[in-house]
Amino acid sequence: MPEQVKARRTVVYEWLDERLALSALVEFARHKTVPVHRYAAMYYLGGMTLFFFMVQVLTGILLMIYYRPSAAEAFESVEFIMTSVAFGWLIRSIHSWSANLMIFFATLHLASVYFTKAYRPPREITWITGCLALFIALGFGFSGYLLPWNELAYFATRVGTQIPATIPFVGEWIMRFLRGGERVTSATISRFYGWHVAILPALMTALLGLHLLLVQRLGMSVPPAAEEEARRRRPMRFFPHYALRDLLGWLLALGVLAALAALFPWELGAKADAFAPAPPDIRPEWYFMFMFETLKLVPGGSILALEYEAIPILGFGVGALLLVLVPFLDRGILRRGRSPGFTAAGVVALAYMVVLTCWGYRSLVPLYAVLGGAGLVWLFGFAIERREPGGGN
Amino acid sequence: MSAAPQPSSPGPDLGRRRFLNWLLGTSFGALLAAIVYPVARFLSPPEIETSATNEADAGVASDPEFIEKGYRIVRFGSEPVIVVRLSETDFRAFSAVCTHLACIVEYSKSSRQIACNCHNARFNLQGQVVGGPPPRPLAPFGVHLVAQPGSPPHVIVSRA
Repeated sequence: MPEQVKARRTVVYEWLDERLALSALVEFARHKTVPVHRYAAMYYLGGMTLFFFMVQVLTGILLMIYYRPSAAEAFESVEFIMTSVAFGWLIRSIHSWSANLMIFFATLHLASVYFTKAYRPPREITWITGCLALFIALGFGFSGYLLPWNELAYFATRVGTQIPATIPFVGEWIMRFLRGGERVTSATISRFYGWHVAILPALMTALLGLHLLLVQRLGMSVPPAAEEEARRRRPMRFFPHYALRDLLGWLLALGVLAALAALFPWELGAKADAFAPAPPDIRPEWYFMFMFETLKLVPGGSILALEYEAIPILGFGVGALLLVLVPFLDRGILRRGRSPGFTAAGVVALAYMVVLTCWGYRSLVPLYAVLGGAGLVWLFGFAIERREPGGGN
Repeated sequence: MSAAPQPSSPGPDLGRRRFLNWLLGTSFGALLAAIVYPVARFLSPPEIETSATNEADAGVASDPEFIEKGYRIVRFGSEPVIVVRLSETDFRAFSAVCTHLACIVEYSKSSRQIACNCHNARFNLQGQVVGGPPPRPLAPFGVHLVAQPGSPPHVIVSRA
C-alpha cells in the first residue's frame, strides 16, 4: 500500500514538473543557504514582517465582509463586528495589533539593514523596494486608522490630511485629493477605504513580490563587520533548518498576537463628531508620533510665504527621499568598506524618533525609559560600526 | 534615376522607419495620456456648491451648556463655529477650526482661553494666538442676541 501511494505521488509530481518545471525550484531550494554569524538573527526580521502582513491580508478580508465605508455606517458596522459577530472582536483586535507589529518589525528590519549596510551593491533595488513597502505600510496604517470613524481617528485624519496643505503650490490640491473634498467627510472614508483595500494592497503585492524575488536571487547580505566570521562558519541550509526556525518564529508571533488581542482588545472609542472639540488625549498612531510632536514644537509664523510648520514637513519628505537614495549616497562603504558618517546619521535620526515618540507618551512612559531607549539605539549603531573592518577598534 | 545613398544623411528607408517610430511613439504617448488624464480627473474630487450661510442660531443664551461649559460649537453651514459666553450679554464667536492643522478648538473657563488639544494651541478672547504653533488668529464671527416674544433671547451668529 505505501508503495502504491509513493508511486502515485511520483506520477503527480512528474505531471506537475512537466508543466511547472518544479525540479529547477527544488534544486534551487536544496542548494539555498543562509550565512551564519553573530548578526544572523537580524535575518528573521523581514520574514516576521511578512508574517504580520499575511495576517493583515487574512483578517482584513474577513473584516471587509461586515464593514460599511460611510460616515453614517462605518462606526456602527465596526461596533457590530465587535459586539454581535462571533469572534468579531478577536478578528478586529488581531488586525489592529498585527498592523502595529508589522510596522514595528518593518522598522526594525529597515534599521538592521541600514546599520549592517546591506544596501551595498548589488542590493540597491532590494533596499528601494523595501523602503517603498514601508511607506506603503504607513499608508495602510494612516488609511486604516480612519475607517472605524471614531473621535481619535477623525482628528488624526483631519491633522494628517491638513499637513500636506502647508506645502506651497500643490498642497491644497493634495489635501483635496486625499480628503475627497474640502473637509474630512464620508467622501474621505470612501477614498481611504479604496486605498486601504485595493490600491495599496496591489502596490504592496507588486513591491513585496519584487523584494522577495531579489532576496532569493541575491541571497542574504553579510555585514562588513561579520564577513570574516561568515567565511569561517559553515552556512545554514535554508531547507529545512532556516525555514523551520522561521516557522517557529511565526508560531511564537501568532501566540503573542493572540495573547495581545485577547488580553488587550483594541478599543473603539466614541463616534466621530465633526462639531465637537478635539479630545484632550488626541494622538496619532505611535509610528507618526515623532512627527506629531515635532509639529507641536514649531512656533507660528512664516518666512518667504512659507509657514514655519511646512519646514519640518518638507524636512521629513526630504529625509524619506534621502533614505530611499542611501545606496547611491553612501560611497564610503564601497571605497573604504566603512561609512561611520552614515551610521552616525542613522543613530541620530533613530534616537530623535525614539525620544520624541517616548516624549509623546510621557504620561505613560517615564523619562528613564526614554533615555534608556535612546542609549540602546546609540549602542546598537556604534557596536556595529566599531566592528567594521578598519574601524579602528 | 535613383539617388545614391548619402553616408552623412539617413537613407529613405531609415527616414521612413524613424518617422514610423516617431508616429508609434507619439501614438503610444497619446494613448497613455488618453487613459491617465480621465483617471486623474476622476480622482480629483468635484467642487460641490454649498449654499451660502449668513446666520446660524446658537440656541438660547441661558442654555445650560453655555452656563456649564462656557461655550458651544454650532454649525455654520458646514463650518464649526465656537460661541463663547463671557456673561449674560457678552458672547464671542470664532471659527472653531484651529489655524494650525485644522483641529476643532474648545474653550477653557478656568484659563479664559480658547485651546486646541491637538498641538497645544492657545488663543485669547479676541481670537489672537497667545501660545503654540498656529500661524494666524481664529477667524472672527459676528454674534448678537435676538429677543423673541415669549421666549429667552437667542444667540445668533453671523459672518463678521
